[in-house]
Amino acid sequence: MKGYLGIDVGSVSTNLVFMGENGKIREAIYLRTRGQPIFALQEGLRQLAERLPANTVVRGVGTTGSGRYLAGIIAGADVVKNEITSHAVAASTLVPGVQTILEIGGQDSKIIILRNGVVTDFAMNTVCAAGTGSFLDQQAARLNIPIEDFGELALKSTVPVRIAGRCAVFAESDMIHKQQMGYSLPDILAGLCEALVRNYLNNVGKGKEILPPVVFQGGVAANAGMRRAFEQALGLEVHVPPHYNVMGAVGAALLAREKMAGGGTSRFRGFGVAKTRFKAGGFECEGCPNLCEVVEITREGEVIARWGDRCGRWSGSLGCQENAV
Amino acid sequence: MKVTFPHMGHMWICLAAMLEYLGVEVVVPPPTSKRTLTLGARHAPEFACLPLKLNLGNFIEAAERGADTILMAGGCGPCRFGYYAQVEHAILEDLGYNYRLVVMEPPQRHVGELLSKIKYITGHSSWWEVIRGIRFGYQKARMVDELERQAHYLRPRESHRGSTDKAFQRALQEIIPVKHPRDLPKAAERARKIMAQVAIKPRPVLRVGIVGEIFTLLEPFANHDLERKLGYLGVQADRSIYLSEWINDHLFLGLVRGLRSRREACRAAPPYLNHFVGGHGQETVGSTVIYARQGYDGVIQLLPFTCMPEIVAHSVLPGLSNELDIPTLTITVDEQSGEAGLVTRLEAFVDLLARKRGVVV
Repeated sequence: MKGYLGIDVGSVSTNLVFMGENGKIREAIYLRTRGQPIFALQEGLRQLAERLPANTVVRGVGTTGSGRYLAGIIAGADVVKNEITSHAVAASTLVPGVQTILEIGGQDSKIIILRNGVVTDFAMNTVCAAGTGSFLDQQAARLNIPIEDFGELALKSTVPVRIAGRCAVFAESDMIHKQQMGYSLPDILAGLCEALVRNYLNNVGKGKEILPPVVFQGGVAANAGMRRAFEQALGLEVHVPPHYNVMGAVGAALLAREKMAGGGTSRFRGFGVAKTRFKAGGFECEGCPNLCEVVEITREGEVIARWGDRCGRWSGSLGCQENAV
Repeated sequence: MKVTFPHMGHMWICLAAMLEYLGVEVVVPPPTSKRTLTLGARHAPEFACLPLKLNLGNFIEAAERGADTILMAGGCGPCRFGYYAQVEHAILEDLGYNYRLVVMEPPQRHVGELLSKIKYITGHSSWWEVIRGIRFGYQKARMVDELERQAHYLRPRESHRGSTDKAFQRALQEIIPVKHPRDLPKAAERARKIMAQVAIKPRPVLRVGIVGEIFTLLEPFANHDLERKLGYLGVQADRSIYLSEWINDHLFLGLVRGLRSRREACRAAPPYLNHFVGGHGQETVGSTVIYARQGYDGVIQLLPFTCMPEIVAHSVLPGLSNELDIPTLTITVDEQSGEAGLVTRLEAFVDLLARKRGVVV
């Protein structure tokens, strides 16, 4: 089997997909990053190798997410692209004609506006719309309900409570206040969804023209309560695509296919990477008062990449082909 | 008297040249660094903007090198900058620094007000000498700006990553040590030659205009080296205000002809923003209009967190962007800014522009 590998290393989750040459998603893996992106990526590659037949050929690799450069070095990527582009490419391929993408992940919220299949505008959370996914996760844990049931519970609400949603600190204290007043759990959860949607539209979606079809993706799209809150606030139908939680990885795989269409061999280091010893170390450079924190990636004890210095003293001292992913 | 002043990009080159030419002892603060920011942010009010925090850090670090007099710009109008000199001085006094303060208010009527402030510092110099000193500093500013423009052109086209930056630093080293106006033309020639040696490859390049608050535009530490990052992404950046243009507009009241001036920018701002809102708010809107007319691919607005004039401009930009079909991206900076987030936004913005134009960078 031949195909393309898409890798999305985010702050909360690490996702891998294997896409056949026809664009069909063969395998999708969703793992928690748990603050250890290298380990999560290696674990993902190991699981993927187990699931795929032995004769699999990887024709191209794309990485995305906040850990895209790290993942690109470790896996040997042919294309490294940011989340916005990857998500836009994935959504417009899976949902043809999409004009608005609402994307809420663990840490980042974004809105992407497309017209005629081209991204014309985007925005990411600024000061206070960050961490929506993590916040929902944390509230579910506090209320002792599995995060998977959060959305279904919220849907049972008949009269959502109004919750202050400007930032997580205020939202939590207001939620506690409403609990003490005796409101039912579903009403509070539905109110929280509405507050987060209100906050998203006021901060991230500000000034953007939201036209249908609207796609909602990212980990938070699993939450049916959030989806309904969006539909009510926008007065539009909101689609959640089948691979909503690995769309970044899907986009990265599509971009890898685009890049490799002209021919050439992939730089993929092979599934054996899962067994290689990678180490991320670092030191504080004392060359000037900037005290840059330089990150060093070693493979079996040999330095293969460095970054983080402002002046290029360290990142420029390695062979160019290793750096210039 | 050992005079110091805050850093704002390469301003120190021209200020030091002027003051030293007039026989004043100058203490240039160490380059703005993380330490500068840490010192400044520790002692500044939390909601003051980034320029105040960095200025304060510069002054503390300059005191460690023996500076005892601050030369600082003043201002008027809705932007808080006008009282920063006084506030910073008061904070430094509370911290136990014995600084003398000289504020250069922008001249309201004629250049004489400015000259008298400079004469106060230089003491014994004649009027004629003072004017020659100012002219010398200004010539250096013009030269540095020319080199910087050259670097903006070369960076996205260079054959070897980083060669422009190396050449630019070497070219600056030709300009910086010049002590007398008569030596400047020769040094300028040598600097130009260095820049001309950078090897370039023809490739499609995007053009992006950078607008916004002047300090964050000029100080690479404050804007995370935005211009260099854009260059590496294949973008030729143009800054809407260069130091020499600002000096001409605000200190010489537009005396030097043939330079781009704030007046054009302000004339281009209506109907989107019809009047002065403080700082460079109106120029931000006007420059964006001008960039759109000149066929630029996009515009990036830079501002320090809590900057009121730029917030006004920011709220005007979406409508303008729609009407004139020019994508805009706003970047807010302060001591909490993270680099990864900035890089993601820049990459996404450049991707958007490239796909819109149908080029691959």
